[in-house]
Amino acid sequence: MSEPVANGEAYEEEHVHEVYEQIASHFSSTRYKPWPIIERFLQGLAPGSVGLDVGCGNGKYLAVNRDIFIVASDRSPNLATIATTHPPHSVCVADILSLPHPAHTFDFAISIAVIHHLSTATRRTAAIASLLAPLRRGGRALIYVWALEQEGSRRGWSEGMEQDVMVPWVMRGKKAKKGKGGGEEAQEDRTFHRYYHLYRRGELEESVREAGGVVVEAGYEKDNWWAIVERGEGEG
Amino acid sequence: MKLLTLNFLTCARKTCKTNPAAFPLHPREAELEQIEAEINPLLIQNLLPRINWEVLKTISQELGLPSLPESAPDSEDFMTEEGEPTQTLKDLHTLLMEMNVQNGKLVCGSCEHEYAIKEGIANFLLPSHMV
Repeated sequence: MSEPVANGEAYEEEHVHEVYEQIASHFSSTRYKPWPIIERFLQGLAPGSVGLDVGCGNGKYLAVNRDIFIVASDRSPNLATIATTHPPHSVCVADILSLPHPAHTFDFAISIAVIHHLSTATRRTAAIASLLAPLRRGGRALIYVWALEQEGSRRGWSEGMEQDVMVPWVMRGKKAKKGKGGGEEAQEDRTFHRYYHLYRRGELEESVREAGGVVVEAGYEKDNWWAIVERGEGEG
Repeated sequence: MKLLTLNFLTCARKTCKTNPAAFPLHPREAELEQIEAEINPLLIQNLLPRINWEVLKTISQELGLPSLPESAPDSEDFMTEEGEPTQTLKDLHTLLMEMNVQNGKLVCGSCEHEYAIKEGIANFLLPSHMV
């Protein structure tokens, strides 16, 4: 499988957006522990900082710091609804390529495990540019994407392997219950497949530079590449 | 959706981003609801310089709320000598953090596109011909 299709938007609708919409509540119940680097980034912000969480999922990073204000968004209305339970923050439904935020305004942005769901290199770079545009000068974005180099994980991907992959999400069915009137019948497991682009070493930084950003810090943590990025001096 | 949030939203269309008429978005047919929230003086005090008071005044007026003072309150008036939140701070907290648009729409002053708000969540997804 190479770059999936010419029409990235329609492809992502079927292989990313619809899947998350269907698995939202099960997905959310498995996502509650914040990753340490992201937690530290959010806790290090000054009180009153205003920022974005683009692709907030169930909103697990909205629980980290209550002295800042985050306008979070997700492409899935079901996930956005789950994410609304974290005061003082705000949640809306939006697409990373068409964010409803004014330019040059925000102190920070995070986008965790989102940009790897865009299905062409052009769209992934555009997503980074879109994340940087709302930042004020000196504002910083933290980006996490899945790595190709995951030798230690059960998935076993490694350097040189195919980077565009379909990753299964298994929603376990219910076991049969005995009871009056026959009880409940067993439900079969359901498997959904999500599209991912797995980033190889250095690829995230390349994409950031192409998007007009400057990498301040970058690294690898638990099967992910991450980067802290500032807007370049070029624009505005 | 909190009134505070409207200070940080504009039209999702690229062509509107550079047009000053697209900010702020205008609430229409809005159903307001006050949802109690815990007061955080540190947050409000530090948020205050980030809030465009003119925008907040315009939005409050469009929502039919009592008119706001001409200029933003001074954060030195937020705490009593005993360290309790003053009425000024409580009022600001209510306005920014507790007043929610639960249903209605947000309209762009530039392209006039309407974004729906349902159960407190605004939806900014655009039909593909508008992206």
